[in-house]
Amino acid sequence: MTLEPGRPRPEPTPETKFFWDGTKNGKLLLQRCGDTGKPYFPPRPFSPYTGTRNVEVFEASGRATLHSYVIHHRPVPGFKPPYAIAVVELEEGPRMMTNIVDCPQTPEALVLDMPLEVAFTKMDDDITLALFRPAKGA
Amino acid sequence: MTIKPGEVAIVGAAETTKLGAIPDMAQIMLHADAALNAMADAGLKPSDIDGVACVGQMMPQQIAHYLGITPKWVDGTGVGGCSFMLHVRHAAAAIHAGYAKTILITHGESGKSRINPIPRPPEPQSLNGQFEAPFGPMGPPTLFPIPVLRYMKKYGVTHEQMAMVAVVQREWAAKNPRAAFRDPITVEDVLNSRMIAYPFRLLQCCLVTDGGGALILTSAERAKDFPTKPCYILGSGESVETTMVSQMEDFTSSRAFRVAGPEAFRMAGLKHSDVDHLMIYDAFAHLPMYGLEDLGFVGRGEAKDFIWEGNTRPGGKLPLNTNGGGLSYTHTGMYGMFALQESVRQVRGTAPAQVPNVKISVAHGVGGMFSASGTVVLSNQQP
Repeated sequence: MTLEPGRPRPEPTPETKFFWDGTKNGKLLLQRCGDTGKPYFPPRPFSPYTGTRNVEVFEASGRATLHSYVIHHRPVPGFKPPYAIAVVELEEGPRMMTNIVDCPQTPEALVLDMPLEVAFTKMDDDITLALFRPAKGA
Repeated sequence: MTIKPGEVAIVGAAETTKLGAIPDMAQIMLHADAALNAMADAGLKPSDIDGVACVGQMMPQQIAHYLGITPKWVDGTGVGGCSFMLHVRHAAAAIHAGYAKTILITHGESGKSRINPIPRPPEPQSLNGQFEAPFGPMGPPTLFPIPVLRYMKKYGVTHEQMAMVAVVQREWAAKNPRAAFRDPITVEDVLNSRMIAYPFRLLQCCLVTDGGGALILTSAERAKDFPTKPCYILGSGESVETTMVSQMEDFTSSRAFRVAGPEAFRMAGLKHSDVDHLMIYDAFAHLPMYGLEDLGFVGRGEAKDFIWEGNTRPGGKLPLNTNGGGLSYTHTGMYGMFALQESVRQVRGTAPAQVPNVKISVAHGVGGMFSASGTVVLSNQQP
């Protein structure tokens, strides 16, 4: 799918560049705490669990479930209402905000805990967003 | 030495002369209008004030200079709409420590008319700008309700039960001449109002108004010399979690609430059954439910029935949001000041919808989207 123009564009920082380089290359990259082994998000070069700088980047499966959402009914630049603003829970544990594509934007179609998979969606040459769609075969 | 319950009191409290649409005042004047009213309430002049707190970067100096105050203590804590609960807590500590004797806390916000307002863009390099803004949120109505469907699923909360929050608060607002919306509404009215961000409709979202409020605090010892009935601060609590609602650790409960609320009760040495009156910042209809549960007034998942059965309405056993709340009274953008003002009125015995014999009131605030929290316990009696 292509995105409507006008959507707010994220600007990577030194701490988040790996994540945005990852989505550009079709990989959903997370970090894992070196002490506890627990994955976390959003990116930072140390563990929010223990403070250790010993962390590693790894590729997430791209599988997730729908944790919660709203369906916005008012106009916003870059979006056609009604559209869902969702939070998904990744298979690895962390949650992230996203949009659900290839799916009617209705309460009937958007069922909590439904299985989803990542749908990388190019915004421009540098930025690709990790959107999600209903998992195939689910 | 640790601060004792009732060591500091509120001796001046007032809102702006007008509330709602105030197109003839810039934001700074809303602060000043409320501050002048609070000083009149306490019988004070600007030269009597030696501490100033208000929300945000560079704001204490703007407000102090505008009002002609030379403070020796300032606080610009800005964690959203509950910042004033934190200001009360910090001011009490400052008075206890001897840093200042008479502290003024102000709020003014041109939320509706937008005359010189505080800008609120998420910067594209911030974590919100990178990991939330690209997905289409447009202000609190799209972000604050993000966790609601998860809460409703976990506890089996129906749309009707979530609508009842607004219905009950309108019952309180009907008794308040200053409330923006006073006509009675039904659950059906709420569920037929315009959809804003499913699952929430217009009547489950707060107002957007102009207005302000101010508080003046001093030691309990000095409070006895003031013309007003002192509102003693028995306890307070504060915490923050995250600016990103998508990252709150539990979508069915606020960690910041769970820290701030119990700390205020612990300081005050109170049980829930001691509380006569309660304010829970209601930017949206789910907040009173989260607040009742996170503060421990009811068990997990019990708030829906507690409200449905009428416990929080006029005549109920736990009067809640008795000014009509952010849903029906007023909401400038940072409503916490108005929750505190109503708690002060209730313990003074001067509220439009006065609850009989209020001795102890709790004002609980939220900042951002479950981002921060502050709780203040007030009483008209010094322990």
